[in-house]
Amino acid sequence: MYTQGLDQQSSEDKKKSARDSGSSEDAAALAAFQKRVEAEEKIEAKDWMPDAYRRTLVRQISQHAHSEIIGMQPEGNWLTRAPSLKRKAILLAKVQDEAGHGLYLYSAAETLGVSREQMVADLLSGKAKYSSIFNYPTLTWADIGAIGWLVDGAAIMNQVPLCRCSYGPYARAMVRVCKEESFHQRQGFEIMLELSRGSEQQKAMAQDALDRWWWPSLMMFGPSDTDSRHSAQSMAWKIKRFSNDELRQKFVDVTVPQAQFLGLRVPDDKLRWNDATEHYEFGEIDWQEFHDVLAGNGPCNRERMAKRRRAHDEGAWVREAAEAYALKQAERQAA
Amino acid sequence: MSSKADKQAALLAYVLRLGDNALIIAQRMIERVTNEAELEEELANANFALDYIGQARLFYSYAGKLENKGRSEDDFAFQRDSREYCNFLLLEQPNGHFGDAIVRQVLFESFYVLQLEALTRSSDERLAEIAVRAEKEVRYHLRHAAQWFVRLGDGTEFSHARVAVSLQNYWRFATEFFAADAVDETMRDSFDGPDLKVLEKQWQLDVSELVADASLSLPDTVARVDGGRAGLHSEHFGYLIAEMQHLHRSHPGVTW
Amino acid sequence: MSAKGWPLYEVFIRTRAGLSHRHAGSLHAADDQMALDHARDTYTRRMEGVSLWVVRSDRIIASDPAENAAFFEPAEDKIYRHPTFYEIPDGVENL
Repeated sequence: MYTQGLDQQSSEDKKKSARDSGSSEDAAALAAFQKRVEAEEKIEAKDWMPDAYRRTLVRQISQHAHSEIIGMQPEGNWLTRAPSLKRKAILLAKVQDEAGHGLYLYSAAETLGVSREQMVADLLSGKAKYSSIFNYPTLTWADIGAIGWLVDGAAIMNQVPLCRCSYGPYARAMVRVCKEESFHQRQGFEIMLELSRGSEQQKAMAQDALDRWWWPSLMMFGPSDTDSRHSAQSMAWKIKRFSNDELRQKFVDVTVPQAQFLGLRVPDDKLRWNDATEHYEFGEIDWQEFHDVLAGNGPCNRERMAKRRRAHDEGAWVREAAEAYALKQAERQAA
Repeated sequence: MSSKADKQAALLAYVLRLGDNALIIAQRMIERVTNEAELEEELANANFALDYIGQARLFYSYAGKLENKGRSEDDFAFQRDSREYCNFLLLEQPNGHFGDAIVRQVLFESFYVLQLEALTRSSDERLAEIAVRAEKEVRYHLRHAAQWFVRLGDGTEFSHARVAVSLQNYWRFATEFFAADAVDETMRDSFDGPDLKVLEKQWQLDVSELVADASLSLPDTVARVDGGRAGLHSEHFGYLIAEMQHLHRSHPGVTW
Repeated sequence: MSAKGWPLYEVFIRTRAGLSHRHAGSLHAADDQMALDHARDTYTRRMEGVSLWVVRSDRIIASDPAENAAFFEPAEDKIYRHPTFYEIPDGVENL
């Protein structure tokens, strides 16, 4: 799940981009590359590509991978407390898929010449970003339903077009991800459905979860088009196919009727159907909150990062032992 | 010779023990999620925990059928109190580091795979069916855990020392696997179940070989542990089930 | 941990008997046996395979895209290698 924050460039990237614009990269090669992209030809790892294209992909794919890995935490928080053995198995399978998707995506980024170790180091140092949605806490079981329904729902909007991304390894990884994720949103909706048909307390739990997850889910699509810095270039390269606002609108349009079906109220007083446009109108996102959470000041940023760092540090002796053993084995075989 | 009712009661108790073992080790494995040393190990650990949840569901569903009082798999998992759980004490011990997890898997699964293999020949058809499926799963887990056991034992000096301590700490818990009680005897005599004496010999051989492969030595502890099958747990257990059952306890009678 | 970490492997899966192995993706592992286990646990969770190959990525010999013209274009004008090149009159069967 979960691409977003894709417009987060490091200052280093910005300097490089500035250099590129006046660079001596062969104009003919650039034109040939653009022609291939426009003909919907896939670009493969060893093909020539502009440096900025490579950097954009590394940034986007690694952020996507980091989001999968950090995204395991809020749901993992309920694994030991899932209220039935069936739900426990489903949730575990879903969290496991997220580990797998992180793995596929790191692999896709590795084809561009950056190692997984480097990407992990960038995540742990705070240099690389991940989707802001995972910095919100899962407080009740209904949050597990809301994440599947809303967060995975938003992610699908983003991810399906990425299956047609111009970069072959990313597109192929996304095909596998989308195929595997097809059950994720449904299991979330099913949890919400069960709660909304349950006791008064369960209904209240479902409404509370929708109240807390609605706006952060809308933020998953990133800044509005007017503030999105390099959407245009990503579109020209066919990395991105739809703008942030287009995808956000599509999400609202399909999700509001689902909330109505559940008998839940979407927490937005400005929400209403517009007959002329055939779209829902909705209120303004709290962009201050969006930027705060991205900047590291959301409710759980510190906890998420601390947990990831701890797991990485505590695993060092295990990784080293395996390497030492492999080396010994190789020496024994050579002897 | 015991009565038919006694035999059925023993079979039910035995199936519940199998279910409890599977659920409690799954619960401890689930606690490790997001904490593994490498991403690939996250997938492996989750696969194995999923296998165990699946086994727990099969055993509990069958227990419900044997008992014939309308209890579901979730009733067994979420509606019983500590003294009614009859898992091995090894499986409920709190998680330590990765080496502890691997030693726990190696000791238990070296036993469990033999137990399941014997149960595939049980005269109780349903139990034999479940054992056929579970045996394949556990054989793979054991392959994976045994490889890691050797890597850690024969890896760095640090990993060697660390896993040696894990082995020393957990060794005493294995005595419980082989302390046959009346239920085990009924299973052996009336349902063609495992003979724990035979299993113990094989287990000793298998584990000794693995310990040697890992450049470790067998612990010389004489301490014995028992009580899990009588529902006498360690102090950790109350917290484990309190966490697991909390939604059921807070919202009685609803579905999820 | 070492700066380089575990090496990269490529995973190939035979999805069912009778088909050839196809590239499924990559993973990291410290040794070959671990790579095989990881391939099983990562890439066959949904009954995707009946056989697995793993190979260290740095052992694969690949053609260079810069040489694509020399490698692949000479095949383009050999259209007589394809059955559609030949015209068979109506009425001739089993050909």
